[in-house]
Parts: sequence; structure tokens; C-alpha cells
Amino acid sequence: MSIYLNKDSKIIVQGMTGGMGSKHTALMVEAGSQIVGGVNARKAGTSVELGGKELPVFGTVKEAMAETGADVSVVFVPPAFTKDACIEAIDAGIGLLVVITEGVPVQDTAEVFAYLQSDANVGGTRMIGPNCPGIITPGESLAGITPATIAGTGPVGLVSKSGTLTYQMMYELRDHGFSTAIGIGGDPIIGTTHIDALAAFEADPDTKAIVMIGEIGGDAEERAAAYIKEHVTKPVVGYVAGFTAPEGKTMGHAGAIVSGSSGTAQAKKEALEAVGVKVGKTPSETAELMREVLRSL
Amino acid sequence: MEYQAKELFAKHDVPVTLGIVANTPDEAQAAAEQLGVVVVKAQVKAGGRGKAGGVKLAKTPEEARAHAEAILGMEIKGLRVNRVLIAPAASIEEEYYFSFLLDRANRKYLCIASVEGGVEIEEVAKTNPEAVRQTPIDAGTGVDEAKAREIVADAKFPEALTEQAVQMVLALWKVFVEEDATLVEVNPLARLAGDKLEALDGKVSLDENAEFRHEDHQVFVIRDEEDPLEAQAKDKNLNYVKLDGSVGIIGNGAGLVMSTLDVVAYAGEKHGGVKPANFLDIGGGANAQVMADGLHVILGDEQVKAVFVNVFGGITACDEVANGIVGALDILGDEATKPLVVRLDGNNVDEGRRILNEAAHPLVTMVDTMDGAADKAAELANA
Repeated sequence: MSIYLNKDSKIIVQGMTGGMGSKHTALMVEAGSQIVGGVNARKAGTSVELGGKELPVFGTVKEAMAETGADVSVVFVPPAFTKDACIEAIDAGIGLLVVITEGVPVQDTAEVFAYLQSDANVGGTRMIGPNCPGIITPGESLAGITPATIAGTGPVGLVSKSGTLTYQMMYELRDHGFSTAIGIGGDPIIGTTHIDALAAFEADPDTKAIVMIGEIGGDAEERAAAYIKEHVTKPVVGYVAGFTAPEGKTMGHAGAIVSGSSGTAQAKKEALEAVGVKVGKTPSETAELMREVLRSL
Repeated sequence: MEYQAKELFAKHDVPVTLGIVANTPDEAQAAAEQLGVVVVKAQVKAGGRGKAGGVKLAKTPEEARAHAEAILGMEIKGLRVNRVLIAPAASIEEEYYFSFLLDRANRKYLCIASVEGGVEIEEVAKTNPEAVRQTPIDAGTGVDEAKAREIVADAKFPEALTEQAVQMVLALWKVFVEEDATLVEVNPLARLAGDKLEALDGKVSLDENAEFRHEDHQVFVIRDEEDPLEAQAKDKNLNYVKLDGSVGIIGNGAGLVMSTLDVVAYAGEKHGGVKPANFLDIGGGANAQVMADGLHVILGDEQVKAVFVNVFGGITACDEVANGIVGALDILGDEATKPLVVRLDGNNVDEGRRILNEAAHPLVTMVDTMDGAADKAAELANA
């Protein structure tokens, strides 16, 4: 078991023929994902070979879904076209929409999120991202850019704002492995939050413990802490990046900014510890805390 | 800054008086000769300018000159004042507050309006929370005239001002959406003599991700306000933030780099309190040129005593990164004088470490773990 993505997921790629899209489509095929095609209106009817597999290119998401039975779309289109690509996929009723694209204007994401919340979301689409590494269920499927070879399958569920910290934590805990690892993205507005992932991991019988990685900015970690207190029975270990970040400076991720006294790493750590989440000072220490948790299960 | 916000207000027909920007006391005096009684206002990206002595009324051009002399060069919240705005003095009857902003927690927009303005809205929220009216705005439907009327009525702006306030709200909404802002704030929104509503001071935060559709926003970037190293990094398209410590940091991925800063600061506690010197994310493609550009910026920071290169090879393979480091040291030649601690892990790590071992550059030390490498870098910076 896993959350959101498994071996039966049929994946299409919006922007498959672009540089990033073709490179990562090949890697997803090699990781064992069922990639069933791509979407590019200008190359509809052609096909491309990626990762040793001949993949058809469709004109629209709707057509691709009808022809292939796809239920997941991974989006690699440039920022200027991401909003339209997402709206198209939601209109087509895709189940899971994984938006890798970095640099999407936040008002575009806000509009897409409003669309997801509206009656127009006929298929109940869930969006992950934007500006995220996507999601991997090791040994089953990869929808995104996470390296598939870092860690195998196991009892840990991982949710993180950051791509490379996801990789780092998977690497640290490769001795145990993961049910699913999901990078939710570092933008101010994202489709799937820490809380969504925590709820899904709580419901997933194969996830025995959860690692939650946060960073400065916003109050998602504080809200997650409140959620954990009320709804999560599985052990959660946390890590927060950005203790040394100065106020008012954006640290790489558009959403990673300390404003006044809010959004600090210290406040997030305290909120998590107050509800019984053990928080590591470094990624390695966090991994060690998780090992202790797993030993005691 | 205020004068820039006002330019955006004027562009979208928000009632505003632009005033004249002055860089010198001479210019301030000349502006005041043109405008009469004026207010000399420090232009920095910080609130609380009045409290800091950065806003002064001047009845004569000579007085404007004297105030400009005092204000130019002063520091407000750590920011040097390089320019002042000379604004015609207005006769204020009442001060209100208005803003549109991105509401991250609820993933929509928020409108905040209050009949108590002119002070920080956080203060009003504490002393008189009832007077701070919040209206959630759906990003799909936005603000139309009906919504604007609802906002104005809810805020309890005086009835005589209702029509002006509705038009003001609609114009500010245009600033928010058409300029891709994450914050549009008017404080004070002033009721002037003759029941005239005007945006007397304001702040606009723009979304950098939306720059591709706002070429005109380039004019708002003021190079003399930037740290010179940050400006240099920006020219090379590097994601760099200058900090105060002595351990230069290069890494890949924003989260990992933030984490690296923290780990270095912890390690520094054992080594004389050394701290990270910067944030620098070189992203996915860590080729020789990007690595050289990054090192060039970091080595240009006189405070830096040692550099920590922390890369997790995810998509980027460690051998490419290792070749990047070796190539960068070649490109930099004699310019590279500080010790480099390198930690590589992940994709193709063995090959990456072999390349660095073989190159055996005298400045490079390899350490296998992130915590261990941070400790080594802190030790070298404290030597």
C-alpha cells in the first residue's frame, strides 16, 4: 500500500517533449512507472521513444485519458503555460495532478486552487505542487523527478516542502525504506499540504511512522502540529530547515521567508514538539530519531 | 518603496499625489520650491519611518533642504536612506487602512479594511480588533463592484465617502491583479479636507515569479539598494543571500541549503561561534561554470574564511559536480585561496569522490557526512 500513487497508476506527461519533460519521462519509465503517453497540441499524433518505450503524443489531456485510461498527469510545461495546463487537466477529470514546474506566478496557482475548490472540479482532482519534486512509491511508481534509486520500499511515510531535503532524508533512511515519499513544494500556495499527506499516511496500513520536513515561512507546520494532536496516532518525527535565515529574505523557495516574528523555524519546532513530535536538529539526527521510533514499534 | 507604490497606484487610477523624488538636499529644496509646504519622507523598504525620524514637515524650501540633509544617509531598521520623497503637505481629517494580500493559510486572497489607520494595523488588531475588518476574496471570482460595496459597508467608512471608497477598492484590486502583487497596502488611506479620499502612503509587494509578464517592473529594481555581492550573484542568475558569518556555503536545492546553514551554525558553536556567510543554491545543473560563478561570488566576500560545498546528487550526478568543482578551481586559478570542504552523496557518489581524490587539489578536503563536513568547515573558518 501507499498513498496517492501505486503500481496501477497510469501516468501521462504534459510537456513530455520538452527538455525537462523528456529527460524525466525517460527516468520515470526506467523507474517502473506506467507512463502511457504525453500531451502536446502541436505534436499530436506523433510518438517519441523515451526510456526504451515508444510513447504516443496526444493533442489534449482529455484525448489522452480516453485513449489510455490515464489517471495521473505530471506537468513540466513552462511557468507561463502552467495555469492553462492545470485547468485543462482538471476539466478532463484527471485524478492526480503533479505539477513539477518551478516559478509559477502565485496568482496563477491561487486561481488553479480556486478552480479545484469549485464545482468545475468534476473529477475530484488532487493537485501536488507546484514547484515540487513529485511523489514516489518505491518499487511501484514515480510521478516526478525524485531519483528512484535512493531508497526502497519500507514502513516510513515522508512529506516535505523541499526536493533535495526529501532526497537527503530518503538517503539517510535507506536502511528502512519508504511507503511513499511526497514533496509538496515550496511555493506560498500548494495543492496538497502537510495535513493532507499526514491524513493519507494515517489511513495507509503500510505506513508505520511518518517523517515531516518543513521550512521557514507561512504557518503550515503549526497547523500540521494542531492536526497531528487531534488526528494522527502514528509516530511522527519532524525536521525544520531555516533556523539561521534572516528576516525578510527569501531563501530560494518563493514561500521560504520569515516575516516579522512569524514563520520562524523555532516557532515551528516548538509547535511540533508541543504535540509530542520529536524534532531533529539536523537531517542525520532526525533520521536517528526515526530509527529509534521504528525500533520501539 | 512608497514612491514606487504610488507610481503603480497612479497607473491604475488610484487617487494619489506623486510628489517628487530627491536624491540630494539640493533636489529636495528645488522640489519644495515647486510644491510649497511639503513633507520630506525617507524612502526605504521598512515601516515605522515616522517613528525613526524619517518623515518631517517643511514649511519652506530651506527647511525641506535641512530635513533632507538630516534624513539622507540615516539608517532605518538597518537600511540606509538614499532618497527622499518630497510630497505636498495634505490636510488630513481622518486616517483609514486598506489592503489586499495573499492569504497563504487559506490559499486565497484577503482584504483588510479599517477605519482606524495611520498606525500599524497589527496594533489596531490588538487594541481594537472589531475595527479590523477581514474579507476573504476568492481567487477565481475576484472583486467586482458588488464585492467592493460589501467591503466598504463592512468597514464602516463614512457614508459621504462610499462612492469614492468603492472606486478606490476597485482601482486597488486592479493594482493587485494586473501587477501580480502579493500585497497592496494603503496606510493611511486619508480623508482630506473637502471629503476627498486619497492614498497618502502605500506599499506594494510584487511576485518575482511573474516578472516574465511585467517587463516594466524592472524599473523598480534599485541597484544601489542591493548588497554588491547579491547584485553580482543576480547578474549570474545565482540564488544568493548575503549573511554575516565566515563559512561560505554552496549547495543544491533551497531546502538542503537552508539546512546546511543551520548545520554549520550548530557546528560553529564548538568552533568559536563561526556562522554561515551566505545562502547559495546552485540548483540542479552544477556544471563547472555555475560552480565557478558561485565560488567567485563567495570568495569575493572578505568575511569568508572557508567554504562548504554540500551537494546531494539527486538528478545531478556527483561525478558531474566533482568535475564542476575541479573545473571551477581551474577557472579561478590564483583567485581560489580559501579552503574548500566538500561533501558529496547520492547519485554516482563513488565516481564523484574518485574524481576529487585524483585531482588532489591542495585546498579541497572531502568529508563523507553533512554533519562531519560542517564541523570541518567551521573548524577551518575558526583557524
